[in-house]
Amino acid sequence: MVCVAVFKEIIVNSYPMFLLGLETTLRIFLISVSIGFLIGLFIALFKISTFKPASWLASGYVNIIRGTPFILQLLFIYTVNGFLFSYLNETWPTIFGDVDTRELSGIITVALNAGGYFSEIIRGGILSIDKGQMEASRSLGFSRKQTMWLVILPQAIRQLTPSLANQAIISLKDTSLLTTIGIGELMYQGSLVYAANFQILPTLTILGIIYFAIIYLLTQLFSLIERKVRIP
Amino acid sequence: MSMIQVRNLKKSFGEHVVLQDVSLTVDEKEVVCIIGPSGSGKSTFLRCLNRLEKFQEGEVIINNHDYSNKGVNLNDVRKEVGMVFQQFNLFPHKTVLQNITMAPIKLLKMDKASAEKRAMELLEKVGLKEKRDSYPSQLSGGQQQRVAIARALAMNPKVMLFDEPTSALDPEMVGEVLEVMKQLAREGMTMVVVTHEMGFAREVSNHVIFMDGGYIVEENSPAELFSNPTHERTKAFLGKVL
Repeated sequence: MVCVAVFKEIIVNSYPMFLLGLETTLRIFLISVSIGFLIGLFIALFKISTFKPASWLASGYVNIIRGTPFILQLLFIYTVNGFLFSYLNETWPTIFGDVDTRELSGIITVALNAGGYFSEIIRGGILSIDKGQMEASRSLGFSRKQTMWLVILPQAIRQLTPSLANQAIISLKDTSLLTTIGIGELMYQGSLVYAANFQILPTLTILGIIYFAIIYLLTQLFSLIERKVRIP
Repeated sequence: MSMIQVRNLKKSFGEHVVLQDVSLTVDEKEVVCIIGPSGSGKSTFLRCLNRLEKFQEGEVIINNHDYSNKGVNLNDVRKEVGMVFQQFNLFPHKTVLQNITMAPIKLLKMDKASAEKRAMELLEKVGLKEKRDSYPSQLSGGQQQRVAIARALAMNPKVMLFDEPTSALDPEMVGEVLEVMKQLAREGMTMVVVTHEMGFAREVSNHVIFMDGGYIVEENSPAELFSNPTHERTKAFLGKVL
């Protein structure tokens, strides 16, 4: 009973902070994963492009994302943005005066990182589509590009829903690393809570339950989508 | 008037020469069947006609459009040449009706209603009107192939190419597909058919071509070619399949 009382007390005292953190986490997640998906789509198309420089560029991008730790990418982008925005701020203070470079850097990092992984998933999906589909579409008079958008990608994306969902969930959890640059997402708010009440384990447990719950709901949502878009 | 003219077509995959030197003329409303052992280059030849395969030398002219010319807009000229594949290659994420209307709507800029009306006429013709809202995976092989024929016809092609259209079918479904093709031939469609169906070749075609080793070995009317083959290789092949 003592135990339950501790949890209750933490929640009652600190729920606004958890909610604030949850809201920030979800906002960053939705924006960055949507952008990341688009980045992934175009990087995948670049990578299979017959135009060699585009394909090299895409390979280089994916290799850098895969070959370096997330936290390094985050600190790198945060620092670059720091320089960039202090310059912009001096030049056009009215426009760039109140940009939050922390959250912006967080969103950019998660988007670029997810984009790299999404692109590999999507590229694999495109290559898995039978080449007869391309031939049938080309023989009707569709261009390569039209075939890609009308025939190949719609099939590839449907097949890939589970892998894409998996990467989205990984990216959601990656947002917790944004705490290192002081973005007020869920993990950060949690650390503020236990720094004040010294109830580290119960607070971490509550954080864990919140993360688990969102990811559980996301999983359900994705499997619903998967059933909706499945090809009969 | 000749609809298809092929002159001295040569094609190789690297060192391996697949088509040595193939020339062929197909007149309007003519049905030409290409027979031959596997590996003889007959499917590759067919696929060169709409340049699904690149070729190194030679000329392909269909309906006065030069497919061998590098400057030709393939997407435009291919609209005139329908193709039916061994593996059907219907779009699995589209319904039967969408499979047929997609190209006319996007490429011929037909409005949806007229495209669907036309699609229904074609489905009636291939006997699958009631399958309009099914997905390809819900159809048998023979039904899928008939939809594939309807899909190609929806572009109002001048020529239809068939690449072993019945080879992937269960034996009991071969007939229904051949029947549709026969009807098409009777209506005056210019057709080039790569096939192992000797009965179809004998009954429907104006011309039969026997290919082997990347050459046209023998070319004749079906009656002559099947009953009096002149070339040894033709005799050997027909001896095995008839």
